[in-house]
Amino acid sequence: MTVTGNTGTGTGTGITSTPAATNPTPPPSGHSETTWAKGRGEQVPQGHRRLLTHRDRLTLGLMAGLPTILHIALVWVTALASIALAFTTWDGIGFDSIKWVGLDNFRELFTNNPQFWPAVQHNVIWLAVLILVPMPLGMFLAVQLDKKIRFSRVYQTAFFLPVVMSFAVIGFVWQLVYNPDTGLINSLIGANKPGHYIDWIGDPDLNLWAVLVAASWRHTGYLMILYLAGLKGVDPALREASALDGANEWQTFKNVIFPTLRPTNTIVLVVTIIEALRAFDLVFVFNKGAEGTELLSILVTNNIIGESSRIGYGSAIAVVLLLISLAVIIPYLVATFRKERRS
Amino acid sequence: MQLSSSGLSSPGPARRTLLRGVGGAVALGAGFPLLSACGGSGTASDPKTVTVGSNASDAVPKKAFADIYAAYKKKSGITVDVNTKDHNTFQEQINSYLQGTPDDVFHWFAGYRMQFFAAKGLATPIDDVWKSIGDNFPVAMKVLSQSEDGKYYFVPLYTYPWAIFYRKSVFKQYGYEVPATWDDFVALCGQMKKDGLVPIAFGDKDAWPAMGTFDQINFRANGYDFHVELMAGRASWTDAKVRKTFDLWTEILPFHQEGAVGRTWQDAAQTLASKKAGMYLLGTFVAQQFTDKAALDDLDFFAFPEINSAYGQETVEAPTDGFMLSKAPKNKAGAVKLLEYLGTPEAEALYLKSDPSVVAASRTADTSSYTPLQKKAYDMIAGAKSLTQFMDRDSRPDFTSTVMQPALQKFIRDPKGVDSLLSSIERQKKTIFTAS
Repeated sequence: MTVTGNTGTGTGTGITSTPAATNPTPPPSGHSETTWAKGRGEQVPQGHRRLLTHRDRLTLGLMAGLPTILHIALVWVTALASIALAFTTWDGIGFDSIKWVGLDNFRELFTNNPQFWPAVQHNVIWLAVLILVPMPLGMFLAVQLDKKIRFSRVYQTAFFLPVVMSFAVIGFVWQLVYNPDTGLINSLIGANKPGHYIDWIGDPDLNLWAVLVAASWRHTGYLMILYLAGLKGVDPALREASALDGANEWQTFKNVIFPTLRPTNTIVLVVTIIEALRAFDLVFVFNKGAEGTELLSILVTNNIIGESSRIGYGSAIAVVLLLISLAVIIPYLVATFRKERRS
Repeated sequence: MQLSSSGLSSPGPARRTLLRGVGGAVALGAGFPLLSACGGSGTASDPKTVTVGSNASDAVPKKAFADIYAAYKKKSGITVDVNTKDHNTFQEQINSYLQGTPDDVFHWFAGYRMQFFAAKGLATPIDDVWKSIGDNFPVAMKVLSQSEDGKYYFVPLYTYPWAIFYRKSVFKQYGYEVPATWDDFVALCGQMKKDGLVPIAFGDKDAWPAMGTFDQINFRANGYDFHVELMAGRASWTDAKVRKTFDLWTEILPFHQEGAVGRTWQDAAQTLASKKAGMYLLGTFVAQQFTDKAALDDLDFFAFPEINSAYGQETVEAPTDGFMLSKAPKNKAGAVKLLEYLGTPEAEALYLKSDPSVVAASRTADTSSYTPLQKKAYDMIAGAKSLTQFMDRDSRPDFTSTVMQPALQKFIRDPKGVDSLLSSIERQKKTIFTAS
């Protein structure tokens, strides 16, 4: 963990040297060649002499200021505005039609919206499935591919291919597979006739799982590559040592390889949580979040986008999604910071 | 998205439109300034140019409109600068589009949805246009083009009725007769099932086709006035009349094609085209799915059967599309002239030449080149006592898309739960209709 500490100071020196580096004109008289060299090397105390020229400050101000303004305007202002709007009703036409309604939107949401609780439930199922299926599967595939088996590159490409496609495209591809009348599955097993008909897209007991297969299909490839990268970083000497100690393959994996994959596991977990919380496009393409596949993100979209939108109500749903995200992210951040402080 | 493309003929590959819809959603997420930026084209201050915001992104209507504008330029010397957006994206963004810098004239729908933007002050009244085009339209179209304040805001171009479609050859082969009453209809469904046909083709993946079935049963059983009351949020969804509609629907639901929620209307139309299904309730745009000429000639339709003799078959569901004038057009004089032209039989004829799946809104349009299907559709509309638009065009779109679409999908799958479903609809309706 000391490494992270070092990176912190590393970026610090990086900032002070950057403006000088980007500045093509030679520095003014006070700063001779020596300062340059010193600046690049170890930091020499400069005494009361000003380190930054006027121009440097301007550059620095722009470089730090513009992103800050953009960040505040596009992230914080919009997020806070959306939280504020959650307590109003607004059809999106003119600011004078915004009406304060207090907690009405939330009351309506929790008691009156038949799609809300299913959506929360589906978001949770989505997260659980992505952790339980693609994570072990991705690790398993990575371990197999790491053994330098023949055609390893071909398998790698095959498993990774879905990752380079957008979820919208994956939605179309899987629709062709699941289409109840002409789709691949029903045509193969003959389940497209009246009487024994499997409605993969319309049946609320099936469609969520059908979509999750597609989501896992893509996510497994992604995690496989992450784990493969992690495995490449495992020191071969460790394997050798465990082989000399007489450990079998499973023992080596369990006691030697897996513990070294800890940083990779953290990344994988974070990536998976993000993926589960932003689940939207696949379902939207698949059946627009019809019964059985409701998701919070889709409810937000359905309420906000449209010709006479319920922006306040949609914002209230977005706030719920934000709270769920925070509930997942805050424990993670707290744990990470605590570890850093300890080291 | 495409949240409510309902009742609209949006043919062509649904996948592609959907993908573009997703793109639109992303663009919307990027914020308002971006959206308004893609609105106007900036060249509109030129008195010789009128800009038009178009949702006619499908090939057939796009070409039909291009023909109209080319003819108009030849006639008046005014260039029409068309800004075409994907059909569904256009609908999703209409709100911010009209508040930003919209084009002078824009495509839109008649009835409640037109009235909504008129009431919000996002459109300019065009009474002067109607002074010159008024004689071209029947009374029902005039009513559809007016807002609550009695002013005109809309120029209708074309319309298309909803009806029950069937193959003439199939009816002939089995000796079926067109049912005039509900009992005949139910009996026919039973017979078709015995004969190994799917009695009623059905696909509700896009969530709007089921609204059409509801509308038909509802206004046949309870009349046009009740339809209006219910759609306007005044009548209650727990009313015995609504319950009656759903009971009737439950009666014929077993005759509908299985697995409707997973099927698009295009796929359902294919079951009719391949003669596996006996009937299909949809708008006349279903004809677009009949690419084979012989099959298209074999296609016919009849009005939804009578349920209550007090109302007979007097109401016809006929969504109407046309044009509106934006709130502050840059070239108002030119835009008014263009709207006057669009209300003429000449413009109608040009449109219908390229898109024969719809019929003219005007009564003076030349119908001599109509196909038998178009003639029949035209007669049906001309003979109607009242015209409805469609559930989501006659009611608040936020209500129909967020409450009714999922509710009807739920009903189709589980008709037994109708009581709790109706009270849930009523509760949600109250909050939405009282909100603004």
